[in-house]
Amino acid sequence: MSKYIRAKITENAPVNKGHNLLVLSPDNIQQHPLPGQFYMIGTDFSYDPLLKRPFSIFREASGELQFLYRIKGKGTERMKEMKKGDTVNLLGPLGNGYPIPGKNLTPVLIAGGIGIASLFPLAEKLSGNVHLFYGARTKNELLMLNELKGLLRKELIISTDDGSEGRKGTVIDALNVFLTSNSHPPQADSTSNFLLYACGPSPMLEAVSKFAAEKGIKGYISMEENMACGVGACLGCTVKTKKGYKRVCKEGPVFSAEEIVWT
Amino acid sequence: MDLTVNIGKLKLKNPVMTASGTFGYGEEYSEFVDLNKLGAIVVKGLSLLPREGNPPPRVVETPAGMLNAIGLQNIGIENFIREKLPFLRQFDTSVIVNFFGDSIDEYAKAAERLSAVDGIHGLEMNISCPNKEANWSIFGTDPKVTFEVVSAVRKVTDITLIVKLSPNVTDIALMAKVAEDAGADAVSLINTITGMAIDIKTKRPRLGNITGGLSGPAIKPIAVRMVYETFKAVKIPVIGMGGIMNSSDAIEFMLAGATAVAVGTANFVNPSTTIDIINGIESFMVENSITDVKELTGGIKI
Ligand SMILES: Cc1cc2nc3c(=O)[nH]c(=O)nc-3n(C[C@H](O)[C@H](O)[C@H](O)COP(=O)(O)OP(=O)(O)OC[C@H]3O[C@@H](n4cnc5c(N)ncnc54)[C@H](O)[C@@H]3O)c2cc1C
Ligand SMILES: Cc1cc2nc3c(=O)[nH]c(=O)nc-3n(C[C@H](O)[C@H](O)[C@H](O)COP(=O)(O)O)c2cc1C
Ligand code: FES
Repeated sequence: MSKYIRAKITENAPVNKGHNLLVLSPDNIQQHPLPGQFYMIGTDFSYDPLLKRPFSIFREASGELQFLYRIKGKGTERMKEMKKGDTVNLLGPLGNGYPIPGKNLTPVLIAGGIGIASLFPLAEKLSGNVHLFYGARTKNELLMLNELKGLLRKELIISTDDGSEGRKGTVIDALNVFLTSNSHPPQADSTSNFLLYACGPSPMLEAVSKFAAEKGIKGYISMEENMACGVGACLGCTVKTKKGYKRVCKEGPVFSAEEIVWT
Repeated sequence: MDLTVNIGKLKLKNPVMTASGTFGYGEEYSEFVDLNKLGAIVVKGLSLLPREGNPPPRVVETPAGMLNAIGLQNIGIENFIREKLPFLRQFDTSVIVNFFGDSIDEYAKAAERLSAVDGIHGLEMNISCPNKEANWSIFGTDPKVTFEVVSAVRKVTDITLIVKLSPNVTDIALMAKVAEDAGADAVSLINTITGMAIDIKTKRPRLGNITGGLSGPAIKPIAVRMVYETFKAVKIPVIGMGGIMNSSDAIEFMLAGATAVAVGTANFVNPSTTIDIINGIESFMVENSITDVKELTGGIKI
């Protein structure tokens, strides 16, 4: 009956230094994931690591689920060791996903580092008709560049903190230049036609939210918190909003930028 | 084969329940678990008024376990009755409401209100929370206060009353005895064990609240020992929990003296753990020619 599925690994290979692409072939997919939704993935090796880890759906293609992950700690180190043919347990798709923009709006996607994993399927769903600002610390943390170039029908604006690729500086700097320069008018000359979608490290999301508020642009951000259950039961993953604590796994992970209270 | 067990006035269809705070209000897991199959559903701890809870991060994994500092966030008793209970009433499963207060009076008021509602079959009082009237020391660590608060609740309710004990005490059997003397129908144990974790890179605590409660397989041997000590000290049923991951763990708790068991953290690892455990207990009984699950309770051979 459920969103609790077993899946066989068909691929688990590095795409860049410290980042893998995990391709899973589930026994059965009962529900197709939406861009911005996520799965809890468990490797079932032992009691340590114990809990499943949340990962955004990167792509669903020919009955397979793809995830892009950064090797960070105990859980992802373990995940990296898994081989083709091994099985994992999946819970999902979970969470709300990104709302699809209205026709008169121009979507602007802002990805920081591994945040590209959750925005990629949105860009795909919108047939590449998005502006994408993609930032990372350095060149080799930029993932899936060829795929992105093939997909996007509008600008791909890359920035790196160290300037090793694209603009030197943060995505916010790049975004600022883009939105204030006259060479990129939306349809009319008002920024209110833009709709921002952001996923990345928390300081980036905070900066995007402030930026959106200042310019009067509507924005959606995908939040991260440590999770235990992933299904809304433990209240472990809450973030502070103007209407009290909300669960990232249930009311999120995508929130309106103006809703979040940054502390 | 008889899987039923008795807890106070309740007859549970099997000895497997969910642990409070790990199963939401039942709804959250209804996509994964046939709630009709459970011995009982124990819901997230409720207080008279809604609580906001602690700042994040609220959960962090530790070896073979996890720390949580949710801060007793809940929607409050009235919202529960209005918004969540109707859903639970559809099922043919005992509903046990876990509750707490920050004064004796609040405990009694909460218990009185909850007992008057159709669809609530039992109460579990969480006494591992701070007492406003006694400088926020924990209700469940001072035998005198424990006696007072349990007696106050017993006076206002006739439905099955379970007292959930804190493991953060030197003598758990004494606390269980006190709860029994004050009129509890059963005791449940263990709640989480206070713990802490520090990120050595940032030198900051890994939980927003600094300390939290440890649960999961890491605490199981402590829980089994405490169930064993409690079983020897009281006549009322003991509900065992703490790190139960599978039916072998559940049977181990029963052998130590538990009449029923509750599954907590394991729900996060595998949402169908409770059902797997019920099936596993049945298979164990078949293999060992046990016809009544109650025979397992206290079956340890010394
Ligand atoms: C909705 C959502 C979607 C995500 N999508 C992706 C993705 O597509 N690709 C990807 O690489 N990462 C993603 N993450 C982050 C990913 O879950 C963490 O990097 C991962 O849990 C780290 O586990 P670890 O054991 O390797 O690291 P450790 O740091 O050892 O983890 C210890 C504990 O902290 C938790 N934790 C640590 N960092 C995070 C974090 N950033 N977010 C949530 N929990 C964390 C872990 O779950 C674990 O319980 C996502 C997080 C969320 C909340
Ligand atoms: C996230 C979380 C929330 C909890 N909330 C409550 C609660 O509200 N009331 C309560 O009495 N116990 C609460 N507990 C304790 C559990 O019910 C249980 O006693 C404990 O976790 C040990 O069992 P386990 O190891 O199987 O999880 C909570 C535990 C966890 C992990
Ligand atoms: S992870 Fe449990 S409520 Fe979100």
